[in-house]
Amino acid sequence: MALNASDLNAGDTHEEVVVDDLTRTQLVMYAGASGDYNPLHTDEVYCKEAAGYERGTFAHGMLSMGLTGKMLTNFVGDGRLTKYGVRFTNQVWPGDTLTARATVVEVRAEGGEHFVDLDVVTTNQDGATVITGSATARVDP
Amino acid sequence: MSDDVIMPVEATHILMFARAVGDDNPIYRDAEAAAKTEVGHIIAPPTFPRAVSQFDPDYFLRLKPGEKWFGSGRNATGLDGPAKSSGGLHAEQHFEYHRQMKPGDVLSVVTREGKTWEKESRRAGKLIFTERVSEYRDQDGELVITARAVGVKTERPVEQN
Repeated sequence: MALNASDLNAGDTHEEVVVDDLTRTQLVMYAGASGDYNPLHTDEVYCKEAAGYERGTFAHGMLSMGLTGKMLTNFVGDGRLTKYGVRFTNQVWPGDTLTARATVVEVRAEGGEHFVDLDVVTTNQDGATVITGSATARVDP
Repeated sequence: MSDDVIMPVEATHILMFARAVGDDNPIYRDAEAAAKTEVGHIIAPPTFPRAVSQFDPDYFLRLKPGEKWFGSGRNATGLDGPAKSSGGLHAEQHFEYHRQMKPGDVLSVVTREGKTWEKESRRAGKLIFTERVSEYRDQDGELVITARAVGVKTERPVEQN
């Protein structure tokens, strides 16, 4: 369901747990689907013994963005996003639980259409921010 | 950069990608359910443009037959000598959707290099940032997606807290 501009106010939020206890298998699935086979994300031996990452594999940034995007499309409705951008601020590790939150910054009209601008933040179970970003979606009047 | 990468968008690939990001929304996998939505057909999830790497014949983060690979096999890395950096980490990603990608699209993707800049970091030494801008156009030459990626090469692995 699409959002209505008349129902939205700056400061409104929508929040979802987008992954609970991230698994290494999901990193393998993401590698296969995206085509990013960087062993940093799937190969514990490479990470620990060759690359210097003692904790082992970590998630593709784009997986965190994809998980966060699920919260956005659930909030604004299918096919409504016009912009979505993020910065990756911390690594995401197997075992992490991520919560993604959108906050309404502005509701505006442009060229006869209505849009909502959103601030986007995803945090892990320790409260550390892993993604900050923004998004814009077309909304109904 | 190399020539255009041609990205055929297929329903099965969209289904697999949606599963990989844990999104069970029927609009990514069920044509009948999708037909009843406002959009009216299957579309791709917002970060699906990332999957363009599957169609780049030279993509450096894909194992290729007969070529050495930097991941582990007999040894911790398949390369001789110390493992090099894997080409860096992803710092930022931005998408602009002129319309949603859908099965049947055959997109031509052109990527050009953008700005480069440096920064000093406590956790990883010198950071070198590079920007790449990609345009995804359909069979009619219409712009579907504009993507801007910022990559960062670190002097050493990022320290953990």
